[in-house]
Amino acid sequence: MTVAKGGVGGAPIGWDGKTLLEMLEESERLFQEKGRYLGIDQLELKEEDHFRYERAFAKLRGALVAARETALHISASPIVRNIGELCFALYTPEGDSIVVSTGIIVHVHTMSEAIKWMVRNNYERDPGIRPGDIFTNNDPAVGNVHTTDVHTMVPIFWEDELVGWASGVTHQVDIGAHIPGHDPVTPTSRFEDGFHLTCERIGEDEHIRQDHRLRSQRAVRSPLYWDLDEKCRAAGAYLIRDAALRFIAEEGIDYYKRFTREVVEEGRRIFMARVRERLLPGRYRAASFAGIPWKEEAWQPKARRDFICHAPMEIVIGRDGDFFLTMEGASAPGYHAFNCAEGPMQGAIWVLLSQMLVYDGKVNDGSYLALRHYFPPGSWCNAQDPQLSYSTPWAFLIPAFTGLTRCLSRALFARGYWEEVVSGYGFTGDAIQGGGYLAFNGEYWPAANFEISAVGLGASAVRDGLDWGYAMWNPESDQGDAELWELLEIGIPYLARRVKADTAGYGKYRGGSGWEAVRLLVGNRDAELYIGRADGPTFMGPGVFGGYPQATSYRLWSRGSEIMDRAAKGQPYPLGDDPDTDEFEELAGGEVMRRPAAMMMPEMFQDRDVLHYVLSGGPGCGDPLERPAQRVVDDMNGGIFSERIAEDVFGVVASRDEGQERWTLDEEAADARRQEIRRLRAERSLPYEEFWQRERQLIEEGQLGEPVRGMFRESMGLSEAWAQEFRAFWKLPEGFEP
Amino acid sequence: MDRRVAEDLIDGQLSWPQLKEILFHPKDPERFQVVMDILRERLGWKEPVLLPLAEHLYVVQKGSERVVRCDCGFEFGDCRENWKTKARVFVRNDESLLLEIYPQMMHSDPEWMELREFYCPGCFALLEVEAVPPGYPVLFDFEPDIDGFYEWLGLPLPSSAGD
Repeated sequence: MTVAKGGVGGAPIGWDGKTLLEMLEESERLFQEKGRYLGIDQLELKEEDHFRYERAFAKLRGALVAARETALHISASPIVRNIGELCFALYTPEGDSIVVSTGIIVHVHTMSEAIKWMVRNNYERDPGIRPGDIFTNNDPAVGNVHTTDVHTMVPIFWEDELVGWASGVTHQVDIGAHIPGHDPVTPTSRFEDGFHLTCERIGEDEHIRQDHRLRSQRAVRSPLYWDLDEKCRAAGAYLIRDAALRFIAEEGIDYYKRFTREVVEEGRRIFMARVRERLLPGRYRAASFAGIPWKEEAWQPKARRDFICHAPMEIVIGRDGDFFLTMEGASAPGYHAFNCAEGPMQGAIWVLLSQMLVYDGKVNDGSYLALRHYFPPGSWCNAQDPQLSYSTPWAFLIPAFTGLTRCLSRALFARGYWEEVVSGYGFTGDAIQGGGYLAFNGEYWPAANFEISAVGLGASAVRDGLDWGYAMWNPESDQGDAELWELLEIGIPYLARRVKADTAGYGKYRGGSGWEAVRLLVGNRDAELYIGRADGPTFMGPGVFGGYPQATSYRLWSRGSEIMDRAAKGQPYPLGDDPDTDEFEELAGGEVMRRPAAMMMPEMFQDRDVLHYVLSGGPGCGDPLERPAQRVVDDMNGGIFSERIAEDVFGVVASRDEGQERWTLDEEAADARRQEIRRLRAERSLPYEEFWQRERQLIEEGQLGEPVRGMFRESMGLSEAWAQEFRAFWKLPEGFEP
Repeated sequence: MDRRVAEDLIDGQLSWPQLKEILFHPKDPERFQVVMDILRERLGWKEPVLLPLAEHLYVVQKGSERVVRCDCGFEFGDCRENWKTKARVFVRNDESLLLEIYPQMMHSDPEWMELREFYCPGCFALLEVEAVPPGYPVLFDFEPDIDGFYEWLGLPLPSSAGD
């Protein structure tokens, strides 16, 4: 075999005799100097032959989508195969995405960061980049979100030049962390996050090396899923590579090179145009929080503290269309799994903007290049310490970016595009993780449920949020069939899935509703289960314009339940839970545990134990008293709201005859109740000044709780600007610390 | 966008198939004016309305001042100041107040996070809810650059047009 360029000591593999590093540096310099991708002035190909240009884009886009749809059938993991937790993208030699598939597109930019990391570390020189090479990355310190998202990247060569990269990502069932699962909640450092592959060359000559396969299959608890996921990613990447080479053969290499440049620049321009079309200049602010009550619960002594993630967000849009997002004032990272690198934050901006602003444009890294951002170095959202744990950054990232939806919604509303308003989204967490061993053969089963990708979407300004059908990181969200998850989680079948009352955020337009599930442990030797969701002590985010945050989750299980006995006698068992009653206790029996925080550290479960969990709703929009009363009654009949919430939040009174299932509006009583609530608002509320004095007093007299004080101190310690703003707002003396 | 459709949009009367059509199509550049015409007509104020700031709240050109005004007529003052400082505030900062509106265990721990409800002092409409830790500075959600916005639109500001 001829040693291709890019081998150790070989000639440059970039364009026109340049190295990839030279290409990347030139690209960044030109963007810095001219503000346009590679300094491109004219979209020449588009202007010359618009139809050819659009057809070319459609050809590549179609190839990406087809590659994903084909490759996912190689995987055996329901997360990938059925829920579609994978995506593919085509990149420039420097690592900018050109065109993307459908799927979990939050990773389009994270893979871009991984390619750039290889270019910056001069992989071209060592270990070399050759035709047929296969690279893999899952290192959160190198652009990735967390170890469980594994990237496979293959270089695309045309003759002697590297003309691009094809790359795919899948979400693993298990990543070999110190507890089973894919989003482990207990790690406190990198060394507990599981198997790391830091942009490693795992294959040559289009063949995944055996030493890598043997090593990786021993590094995780579900080797079959790992192996087939890896083949799925490689197959998808090769389908894309071949499509790119066909494209070049048909259109010519010069067209391909120019086209891929122009498409990224066009993506940037489309974003800029969308900003002017849909938003307005000005300053937008939001703040989101995630509370972690670990003083008693954390495993490691250093992790035992109650703390709050502070995610302030400010967006400034200039008259020139400049879009700047900053999280100045973010709190500190720590000994927990929820730290985040900058790459995933960039990916999160990208995935949300591609859903809110550029969904009908050319979705690629052009949108990323079109905005400026600042994630403070050394804060939780740009921790810059590879030794920290990054196993579940979603716990903070997901709440943090509800701020972006609220900020953009204010602009969309002011422009009259009320249909585009979205008050936020639900927390995609709470389903079980972990695993167990079957009693009859000792076989391991993983608990890796991705029904989390079906939570409530926030309300818009003209309609309710989507019920049980949204995930911020994957625009193609899917709950998946219970029977499918049971094939994976064989030791814990479902007893029920149903709408969870009162999880939809209240508002004139309500948030999408959440739902709940009840699971029974059957046929196990033992099982270790946990749940990752960061609410309970805190709400995830409010709505907008008077809309309330969606309800938080809580923990509920029964040990040694009587369900098997009840089933044998034909008696009812719990189909869910109403936390305002003890119905679950009555129907499940056994020793019932209830706890208000959503996060559950690993617990050992035995047969007959029952576990209940709640999937989040979305926040509301507008004053709930303005929701048409009949719609609230419809909600009651649909199980969305309980009688108490309908009456006390929405002021809607309904009646139900004995034995009747449906509620009927009592208009007169509802009018009276609404008037009463308005009267209560007038009686109980304070003038702002009085409110301000009371809150200030809490701070000045040291009455804030420990996690709140800790959060303020972290933010003030990391950001003098935020500290000054805090003190100025409360008129506190220089140097004051809460 | 047709005025009648825009009215239905504002009133939340469009069906999902109708909304889907609107969501799927390119945005109509004249939307702001269509929506503003409807809102101005409905409000019936003699002073020009510059933009809708939030549900119930509008920025109004009142002489040389730009003020935030609720549709009930209550004025919150200069739009460069946070309108919340003129609102009435109710804080849900203990368990019983949170339990009034959430089921057991499905709300924040009030020591960690409180709900602040900002009402219009004129009509007691709920204008905004903040979910923040106690002691958190009140958020100034949105400061529009109105002059810049009208530049983007290529429209004269209503006051200068003698609206």
